[in-house]
Amino acid sequence: MRHKVAGAKLGRTTSHRRSLFRNMVTSIIVEERIETTVPKAKAVRPIVEKMITLGKRGDLAARRQALSYLMTREAVNKLFDTIGPRFGDRNGGYLRITRIGWQKGDGAEKAFIELLGSEKLQEEKKQKRAETRAKRAAEAKKAMEEAEAQQAAAAEEAKEDKEK
Amino acid sequence: MPNPKRRHSKQRTSTRRAHDALKGQSLSECPNCHERKLPHRACPKCGHYKQREVLDVEEAS
Repeated sequence: MRHKVAGAKLGRTTSHRRSLFRNMVTSIIVEERIETTVPKAKAVRPIVEKMITLGKRGDLAARRQALSYLMTREAVNKLFDTIGPRFGDRNGGYLRITRIGWQKGDGAEKAFIELLGSEKLQEEKKQKRAETRAKRAAEAKKAMEEAEAQQAAAAEEAKEDKEK
Repeated sequence: MPNPKRRHSKQRTSTRRAHDALKGQSLSECPNCHERKLPHRACPKCGHYKQREVLDVEEAS
């Protein structure tokens, strides 16, 4: 009996769901890790795995099939050039879902879904995020100091004007 | 329509409810920071799961 294997509908119309899944699969392939809700992660996992299987096949027909599903050519190229060979010796189970807590607002459980072996990339991304954060903080601090200096100068001037 | 014939006493109500109490969540210990955390989830305190899988919690604190 093939009961309960139709897949999650996620409260969306067919076209909405298809777009969502296509977007998510493309993002997972390009970014290697995305943060989403647990049901969505579980729903896209089999699709991503099928895409990776296409990437491992590597022939022109497979490439065209991937092109017809993924949103960007860049994702297809990455799938066939790096991801396919990377998982050459593995039969399925290319993804990891880690539960990471609850969403504010509706309390939905969130999770990372990531390709195996992307730890290095994630580390680099983390570093980059920290750098931009530090840069932004420094800029904000500078702007604040400048504003303060300006205010002080203005106050000084006002004082001088009064004294005159 | 059937209706209750007699009012239930408070005792009767509370005795019935004596077995309705909620059970606490079963927690496991985080192998990294030894906090108690929900099983099968990344630790919200230190961001670890299975020796890695780091959330950005550490940087924020």
